[in-house]
Amino acid sequence: MAGKTLFDKIWDAHVVRTEPDGTTLLYVDRQLVHEVTSPQAFEGLKLAGRKPRRPGATLAVPDHNVPTTDRKFGIADPVSAKQIQTLEENCREFGITLFGMNDVRQGIVHVIGPEQGFTLPGMTIVCGDSHTSTHGAFGALAFGIGTSEVEHVLATQCLTQTRPRTMEIRVDGKLSERCSAKDVILAIIGRIGTAGGTGYVIEYTGSVIRALTMEGRMTLCNMSIEGGARAGMVAPDEKTAAYIKGRPLAPGGTLWEQAVKAWQALPTDAGARYDQTVELKAERIAPQVTWGTSPGMVTGVDGKVPDPKSMPDEKSRKATERALEYMGLAPNTPIMQIAIDKVFIGSCTNSRIEDLRLAASFAKGKKVAKSVQAMVVPGSGLVKQQAEQEGLDRIFKDAGFEWREAGCSMCLAMNADVLQPGERCASTSNRNFEGRQGAGGRTHLVSPAMAVAAAVEGHFVDIRNWN
Amino acid sequence: MQAFTKHSGLVAPLDRVNVDTDQIIPKQFLKTIKRTGLREGLFYDWRRRKDGSPDPDFFLNQPRYKHATILLTRDNFGCGSSREHAPWALLDQGFRCVIAPSFADIFYNNCFQNGILPVVLKADEVQALFKGAAQEGYRLTVDLDAQTVTTPEGTAHRFNIDPFRKNCLYKGLDAIGLSLQHEAAIAAYEKRRRTEAPWLFTDLAVR
Repeated sequence: MAGKTLFDKIWDAHVVRTEPDGTTLLYVDRQLVHEVTSPQAFEGLKLAGRKPRRPGATLAVPDHNVPTTDRKFGIADPVSAKQIQTLEENCREFGITLFGMNDVRQGIVHVIGPEQGFTLPGMTIVCGDSHTSTHGAFGALAFGIGTSEVEHVLATQCLTQTRPRTMEIRVDGKLSERCSAKDVILAIIGRIGTAGGTGYVIEYTGSVIRALTMEGRMTLCNMSIEGGARAGMVAPDEKTAAYIKGRPLAPGGTLWEQAVKAWQALPTDAGARYDQTVELKAERIAPQVTWGTSPGMVTGVDGKVPDPKSMPDEKSRKATERALEYMGLAPNTPIMQIAIDKVFIGSCTNSRIEDLRLAASFAKGKKVAKSVQAMVVPGSGLVKQQAEQEGLDRIFKDAGFEWREAGCSMCLAMNADVLQPGERCASTSNRNFEGRQGAGGRTHLVSPAMAVAAAVEGHFVDIRNWN
Repeated sequence: MQAFTKHSGLVAPLDRVNVDTDQIIPKQFLKTIKRTGLREGLFYDWRRRKDGSPDPDFFLNQPRYKHATILLTRDNFGCGSSREHAPWALLDQGFRCVIAPSFADIFYNNCFQNGILPVVLKADEVQALFKGAAQEGYRLTVDLDAQTVTTPEGTAHRFNIDPFRKNCLYKGLDAIGLSLQHEAAIAAYEKRRRTEAPWLFTDLAVR
């Protein structure tokens, strides 16, 4: 008998019923909720007179709109304030646990789930946010949904789904020193394209993935959606259990023993088949920098901005021309000659303690270039606290970085952290779409180490030989 | 949700690949706590010139597309963020159907929750429709039951759709109500699962 993949095992364990055409009512173990994609879901419940089926399976936190400056001054924008207040009211009314804006546990929804032990292997996890794929790092099936589906899960603890296909992305070999999970995932997206994973759930395998820390795996899975896949996953192992053990919401006592035993059975069986397999060699992955307006528009830092004239077809030529025009870049410009105005270190991709430790190790004793404004936004209040205990905040501040409160911040610029038109930013976030960080703003996605080096030099440099 | 059965409407062509939901509706419009009134935010940054005035070259600013109900576009439409504000804004503008060679998964799902039919046609068929849409007043007829898009010349392009989704959209069914009909199955699943994997049921304390 053919074996099962990690995905197959989780999917099969969550089927409540299946329609004749294969449409499945899938049970959802956990839901995370934030202020932007939930108000209409709660409103829908109210209008229909429905209640959450399992309010204790849901955790809510405001993150998109929160200011990253001193919270005691509140939120300047009344519309943002209203949205956060609405979340608070809805949670109170429907009995949902909320980590409010002034709770030290507040942070980016995809940082706090794992941090609290709310995210566990083998679970189905959803959130009205496309970067829910992050939680797949634990060997969970986690994906983003729309607001109507948020309401659906609140009311029924289930979702109507069609079974996706499976794609294995295997990364073997040895990653060059100073290259990180961010470079791996950007290289993967560069390879498969922004729609390469559409209709698939990705499982990342291979020696490079096994060697990644849990936080590295989160960075990797986080950007699965940028390759079109709603979910990305990594099989759980000893690192996974070690990371979870003792966290506030993790199982304890005999439940822990039972859970760990079940998690050991989750990895893909030998002989299981994926619908597609893509292989990458780690040795060929250079530190990555995006040059365009889609995460697939990416190259090694030692590369050049592409020339639309060299594109194979009219469609890519037009898309490249348009992207270069928006980005204000000339064809064939060496990436290392691109000067930047701002640096953003943060987001659900790269704002965890390891990211900050690594960034601080490169920032230590250096100074941010005079032409650059740089900020560090920790992923959660607890990450911030930990960083401060380790003295990382001092290192950043001494180097000229701004040290902020936790939130999504300039990843999507819903709060006051916004790029001005024409400003160019080296960002550790996940999307370089037009206007993502502010109308007219120009985003280059990079790893935290690359972002620090760019902040210091005022332009991109190859982190592999920077000191 | 409004049912979608058969629809004839004016076509508005958006000739771009990888249109992400940040473009369909930028962040500043996500602060609303309502589903309605999002038309103003639809393609906000593309509709305006740098000085803030409407860009007459942008298709939706042209009078000929004022009453368009079918959006014709290119590959990977709706990629990026899961924001359902994207289909809400399209619906608020009057669009009931989006035709493209491919869609991003979350956006595709979100359309069905809002009475919008996303139609996947082959790239060459979409190309032919773009050619047709160069002509002012170009209309198409989309028949969900027959799963066809028919041109004014009478060419019918067939599209695929999951039978379950088709039925829900065709009848305008309440998806939550439908799932709630399976309450017994959900309860039975929970009971069994609670024994198999009890650590999944240590819920947060309800305050």
